[in-house]
Amino acid sequence: MTNIGVILTLIVIFGGLLWLLVRSISGREVDRRIIFLFIFVSVAAPIIFQITFKERATPVVEALFANIDGLPAGSKVLISFDFDPAMAPEVQPMANAMSRHCLEKGHKIVFMSLWATGQSLMTTTLSRVILPEFPEKVNGVDYVNVGYKAGNEGVLNVIVSDFKKMFPTDVNGVPLDSTQLFRDIRSCADLDLIIALGGGRPGPKEWVLFVGDPADVPVGVGVAAVVAPQLYPYFPQQIVGILGGVKGAAEYEQLLIATHDRFVDMETPGIDMMGPQTLAHVVIMAFIVIGNIAFFRSRSKGGSK
Amino acid sequence: MEHFGLWVGAFLTLGIYSFLYRDNAWYKLCEAIFIGISAGYWVVILFWDNFYGKFWIGREEEPMLWVGAALGVLMLCRLVPRIGWISRWPLAFIVGATAGLWMMNYFSSNIMAQVQSTIMPLLGEGYSASFGEIVGNFVIAVGTFAGLIYFYFSKEHKGAFGATARLGIWVIMITFGASFGYTVMSRMSLLIGRIDFLLGDWLGLIQ
Repeated sequence: MTNIGVILTLIVIFGGLLWLLVRSISGREVDRRIIFLFIFVSVAAPIIFQITFKERATPVVEALFANIDGLPAGSKVLISFDFDPAMAPEVQPMANAMSRHCLEKGHKIVFMSLWATGQSLMTTTLSRVILPEFPEKVNGVDYVNVGYKAGNEGVLNVIVSDFKKMFPTDVNGVPLDSTQLFRDIRSCADLDLIIALGGGRPGPKEWVLFVGDPADVPVGVGVAAVVAPQLYPYFPQQIVGILGGVKGAAEYEQLLIATHDRFVDMETPGIDMMGPQTLAHVVIMAFIVIGNIAFFRSRSKGGSK
Repeated sequence: MEHFGLWVGAFLTLGIYSFLYRDNAWYKLCEAIFIGISAGYWVVILFWDNFYGKFWIGREEEPMLWVGAALGVLMLCRLVPRIGWISRWPLAFIVGATAGLWMMNYFSSNIMAQVQSTIMPLLGEGYSASFGEIVGNFVIAVGTFAGLIYFYFSKEHKGAFGATARLGIWVIMITFGASFGYTVMSRMSLLIGRIDFLLGDWLGLIQ
């Protein structure tokens, strides 16, 4: 079924692109809605026929994976959910994969959010990944959810020196002083790794500026693709690794599957999304080429303009 | 209840995408619902987290919270044109505090550390790097320098200076290209998420 689906998809897409090329060369306009239809088909067909590709991790993703993998069991990792539902298709798979990885390695996780919308997405990771897949992990011992706090950079400026001043309790009102996990955590300087997930402000950049650099704590980031290029200058000195968009999530999932037998059958939304993602990119690149061919052809016909 | 939620989600998703065909009442309805719910969500969250959670609960223990509350009330003066100018005071406070908060961190992390990361050694005693890293360090240093030269307009872009500026514009264009590629990936991810919802959760076409 999958093979027939792949062949059908390729025939429809590349046949359509050929038609577009012929139409453009002959100087006839193409309705923008046909372009939208192309994008829809190139995204929907791989989803229906479940076309996926094997991912090979890039150095920026490998670096973050190696960092988490190399920390000794019991290390304290903070994961900040600084994103909203609009970024969730890209960032949530990263959050799930890295939470799995941390718990599998025996690390302790502090979940928090600088975005009000991050709270519910954090709950999604807890209820769909941690509770069903790691029932042996105990709230307060292996992980703590401190929830959302308003104040943007102001929050970071406080927790860099005194975490409990800004978060005296967890999200359920349990004092952090009474939790085993926070026995040795006074400030962010006591953390072994910070993972900032997001793509807006406050987000990964603020974590580097206000916590990572001043407290000398390694920061790894998982971001929506649109902001990933802005973070590359921080790698590797100020950011230990970057997961950029759904591609970064897919690479991380692939690494997790390749190195941990436990995760062979886990859900891989990142890898699943790379099929439609790849085909859509191919179609867009074809649009650019066809558009340029039509442009240069019309220019050669119409003189120097 | 879950099915009802799915149908509402599908109705709103299709309504938003109906704009691709042309502007219509269905789209406008969905847009208004989205904006209304977003505004309502933020009002409720900020009320309970900021006003109640921070100010109301801590007002007796921390007198400084009253200063913040007073500045917040002054901000509302914008709603009355005759005394609207008073809202500039809390705004000035916010601008000043933000500038103060950012200045040192920005200078340290975004200027000093970035300059240090840009000018990496190519060779040297006690320094080891792979050939790829050395080439990468060279490209970063030259690319940054050429990019900065392009934005220097006090000298005419001619000769060696002009050639460096042209190299700079190529570096900038490649950067824009990479950003565009990532932006396409981001936007496609949103579309994939919605189509996955429509075909999978709503219509059940995906196993």
